[in-house]
Formats: sequence, C-alpha cells, structure tokens
Amino acid sequence: MTPLLEVEDLRVTFETGDGPVHAVNGVSFALAEGETLAIVGESGSGKSQTAFAAMGLLARNGRATGAVRYRGRDLLGLSPRELNRVRASEISMIFQDPMTSLNPYLRVSEQMAEVLMLHKGMGRRAAVAEAARMLDLVRIPDAKARVHDYPHQFSGGMRQRIMVAMALLCGPKLLIADEPTTALDVTVQAQIMALLGEIRRELGTAIILITHDLGVVAGFCDRTLVLYGGQIMEEGPTDLIFARPTHPYTLGLLSAVPRIDREEETLLTIAGEPPDMSRLPPGCPFFPRCAFARPENETLRPPLVRLTDGRRRACNRPVEEILLAREAAQ
Amino acid sequence: MSVATQSQGQGGGGETPLLSVRDLRVTFEIRPRNAWPWTPSRRLRAVGGVSFDLAPGEVLGVVGESGSGKSTLARAIVGTVPAEGLIRFDGEDIARLSPEGRRARRRDIQMVFQDPLAALNPRMTVGEIVAEPLLTHFPRTPRAEVRRRVGEILERVGLLPSMINRYPHEFSGGQCQRIGIARALILRPRLLICDEPVSALDVSVQAQVVNLLRELRRDMGLAMIFIAHDLSVVRHVSDRILVMYLGRLMEIAPARALVAEPRHPYTQALIASVPIPDPVLERARTHPVLEGDLPSPLAPPSGCVFRTRCPKAREACAAEVPPAFEVGPAHRAACLFWDEPTPAFGRAAGAVAAAAEGAA
Repeated sequence: MTPLLEVEDLRVTFETGDGPVHAVNGVSFALAEGETLAIVGESGSGKSQTAFAAMGLLARNGRATGAVRYRGRDLLGLSPRELNRVRASEISMIFQDPMTSLNPYLRVSEQMAEVLMLHKGMGRRAAVAEAARMLDLVRIPDAKARVHDYPHQFSGGMRQRIMVAMALLCGPKLLIADEPTTALDVTVQAQIMALLGEIRRELGTAIILITHDLGVVAGFCDRTLVLYGGQIMEEGPTDLIFARPTHPYTLGLLSAVPRIDREEETLLTIAGEPPDMSRLPPGCPFFPRCAFARPENETLRPPLVRLTDGRRRACNRPVEEILLAREAAQ
Repeated sequence: MSVATQSQGQGGGGETPLLSVRDLRVTFEIRPRNAWPWTPSRRLRAVGGVSFDLAPGEVLGVVGESGSGKSTLARAIVGTVPAEGLIRFDGEDIARLSPEGRRARRRDIQMVFQDPLAALNPRMTVGEIVAEPLLTHFPRTPRAEVRRRVGEILERVGLLPSMINRYPHEFSGGQCQRIGIARALILRPRLLICDEPVSALDVSVQAQVVNLLRELRRDMGLAMIFIAHDLSVVRHVSDRILVMYLGRLMEIAPARALVAEPRHPYTQALIASVPIPDPVLERARTHPVLEGDLPSPLAPPSGCVFRTRCPKAREACAAEVPPAFEVGPAHRAACLFWDEPTPAFGRAAGAVAAAAEGAA
C-alpha cells in the first residue's frame, strides 16, 4: 500500500550572507493514513523546516531537494498553482501563533468563507454558514454570531481553535500541526489536544505534530521521530522510544525533563548548547555534546539503521550500552 | 474545618519569616484609548488579597496561567508596581522604610527575568552588566575588588571570567540567563525572585539552569520565589507552591502535598492538564478539559473567581470570596467545598463526528 506521505532524503539549505545554512540534512520517513507522527527536537533541529519544505512554504532563500510524495505524487516539483490545490483539500497546516496566521483586518467569517469559495466553489452565504458550523465543531461558543468577529476579539485558545476549524474546512487527509500549543496555557493546551484527538479518532485525519514538548507527544502520537541538527537521531513507535531510548540524544532529552509525577534530586542534563546550523560538524551532529561519543564520530556520520523492533537509529554505540545507562540513571 | 486567620504563619518551620505578605492587592487604572477626559477609568484588579509567608532559604513556586497575576505579584514585592496591603521583609514593613532602608531592601531582593537577552543591555559588556548593581549600591568599591567579585560570581554560575569583555549578543539564551543570574547574585541578596526564568530556553538548556538555581539555593542559602507556568518545573524546584487564578490565591501547600492531594478544583484541573512524558501512563490518565475561557479581569465573577468554570460551583460560590481554609498541614485552599469530591470536568465525546456527519 502506498503511504499517505513519503519523505525521502529531504534536504533544506538556506543561502545567507554568512554562507549556506543546512537546516535539514537527509530526512526520510513515511506516514500511513490516519497515523499520528511526532517530530520532536529543540530549536534549530530542522523540525519546522521539514514541514515547511513539504508544504512549499520555505522562505525565499531556502531550497529543498529530495522528494515529498503525497499519495505517490512528488510535491517538491509542483507549480504554486497545483500545490495550492493540494494544500487546501489534502494537506493543511496549523501554526504556533494563531495571531500571525489570521489576518487581523478581516472578520473570521471572511477569512474562512474565502477558503470555501475558492476551493469548493461555494456561494458566500453557504460558505459563511459552513464556517459557523466549523467554529461550532471546534467549540467556539455562540459560533453563529461570533463568526463575524475579528481575530483580536477572541482569546488565544479560541484563536487556535479557529485555526483548527479553518484547517479542517476542506476535509484534509493530513494535518500538520507546528507547535500548536506552545503559546498556550496548560489547561488550554489540554483543550486543543483533546480537540485534535477527536479529529483524529472521528475523522480519521493523519496528523504530524511538531513539538519540543515530550509530554504532549506521549499521550498523542503513534510514532515519534527525534531530530537533531537536521538529521534523524531515532525514529519508531512512541512507546518504545520513551520506554527504551537507544540514542544518547533521546536518552538525554527524556532525562532532562522534570516530571510532575516524580521527585528528582537533580535533572540529568545534556552538556553544551544546541548546534550552530551554519557550522555543523562533518560527523554526528550530536558529537560535541554526547557522553557516549568516540573520537571517530567527530568525522564519521553514523548511518540510520533499522532495528528488529521496528525503529531506526543513527548511532554506532551498541544499543545495550545506552539501555544500561538509562537503567543506571533511574 | 477551620478558617485560617491572616495572622497564622504559613511557613515551613516555626522561624520568623523572611518575607511576609498579607492581603496584597494591586489595582491598575485602565483608560480606554480615545477616552474623554471626564470618562471614568476602569479598575483592573491584577492581584486581590494574596497572603503568604516565606521562610529564610525557602523556595516558593508560584503557578498560574496568563492573567493570573503571578508576575504582578512579583513586581509588587520588588516594589516596581504600587500595591496595597502589608509586605514585611525581615520583620520590617517595607512601606515605612527610610530611604536608606529602602536601598538596603533593594540589595536584598533581586530579580531574574524571562527573556534573558532582552533583560541585558546590548551596549554593555558582560563585565559591566554584572558589576553594575555593585557599583550602584557601593560606588566606592575599588576596581580590583569589583573585578574579583565579578569573576567569582561568573564562575559560580558556570561562565568563564575571561568572558567579561564580550557583549550579550555573543551568547546563547542559556548563557544569557546565567549572566542575568550572576547580575542578580553579585549583591548577595537574601531573596531571589525568578519570573519564568527557564520558559524561553530549550529543554536541555532549561535543565542546566534549573540545576544551577537549585545549587545556588543550597550553597548560598537563598530564598526564592519561582514563578512559572510549567508546573513540572515548579514542582521540581520548590518547597511549597502557591496557585493563582485571576489574581487570587486558590491554593498553597508543600509541593508534594499540592501535587498528590490538590484540594482546590482549579489546582486539580491544572495538575491533570500537565502532560507526563510517559506514553503508558499518559494513555491511562483522564485529562479533564476545563470548559470555557478565562473571564475578563476587568469584570471578574463575583465571589469565587473560578466558579464560572468549576464543576462544583453552587449558589454560595457567587455570594462571597471564599477564604483560604486550612485543609492540611501548611495547606490552604480557597474553596467552600474543598472536602467534597470534585465531579468530572469536560463533556461527552462524539461531538466532532456528529457535526462532521451533518456536513456530509
């Protein structure tokens, strides 16, 4: 069966005044219909640029190579016109800050109706009615009246729900959510994640959740992909990645997060800082911060190898060594 | 069930509190844009009647969501916004201090801010930034002494003394936060107020700064007020936690008791909303979804400010602001019905599918 989305050796480079910046360096993954995938990483890991490249939304100085196939069709080679058609009806995206993605000068009804009139050929009256119905679906109280409000008249959580409603207007098969709850309070985050969960369960929409928050991933995603320096460090079923991380970076990330259900004395930290993407080492990008690194990793980039349990990892230290370290730490 | 009176100490031990806050209120006058001169301004109560004690060397976490008044509370204690009520530092009412006493108090209470880069003057070197508080309060400190103290404190926060001639933009976010901490500590304060000190940092760097703050607290005997929206971080750092909602204290308790046995329905919702990075646990948990939005702080609900979203709310809740009841050892909760079980939050599933069917 053809996967819904297939990303193959995706590379994204930005030309800057200081030379090229390699934001994504050979990322490959596949997503089945209705599946949820988390792309996890810190700032500069390339997690957002991976999604932007797939959606044709890179900044003007950015260039993507490789392939992003949606139902077998490569999106990277499409003209803006063709891409627009895919973007509306097949794949849609929600962003971190809803205020920057909503037009502050237009009423919500106008922004939402525009999508339906353009892509579904609906008349204005029907489109506005449909927009109100979608707002009701994402639980905006009094949607019929409030659809005519301006974005600033809504709270942050409601604006994000409006974004979700807008993304769902044309019934996409894939929803890419880029840090959808990062700007929100934790109880509002719970509302939005519950909403996304219902959408997945009841509409069967596949979701790519891009986030730095491991807690949000744990309850939501079937599979998790860990990015660092624009490369996949580890990828596999979420349960496995969290219970038995086999990459030093995944291990470090999981140990660095304080948990509300635990009383840790000291958090285990990852030494150093996230990498400077314009000066990536030739070998493993995590080398300068890795507690397990061997000298050869400075120049030798470990290949992404598939393990028998269905995950992939890019590290040439033995799996047992990492697992033992985790046990020792707990 | 007994009502905690204002005079009862809430500190961990029996010693005199370092900081004692009673019925603290902060009100802002809001004038609409384009208002006529005679239009009355509206009053926004950012903090309403918060009381707590802080023991020397104790860490009090303050959690709450946007608009809860947690940052305003910090500013009121530092003295950058005018406040009503009583704030005693070291037993002295700070409103009655002499100018000299006020200066001394500023040395004793220092602050660390959220955005590390924005809090540092881009035109000053790291050495100048860290030395500034020292030279402001003790202008006659000899050069050599300043240099020694700056080098010492930089080393203490994990930076190299050789960095003093560099500018803030040359540092990463985590390093800038260390510089901000060094600047706050050079006067050897007794109380450090941290306002969202790690929320702008990456996970791996956040852990480094959290560990640093814990070490400093242990080695220097610092008392801290640690304000953050991330309850997991607050729990990790704090001895006690104060929960705020819409400017009011909802609950205050030792960190362990607050997480294990929250008594206020808002605290219960807050804790249950915090995701845990463990897929098996997370799937087994029921996430209560708090309905609706935060009411406008310009028109807060009467009585208990949480009642509009509370599954326990009854008529009595609208009548008066509930006092903070003593519900356990050093544990207070401002809920009339704290000893009754909380009914489930949220609403039935299936609504999305039903609405989608209607569309087809």
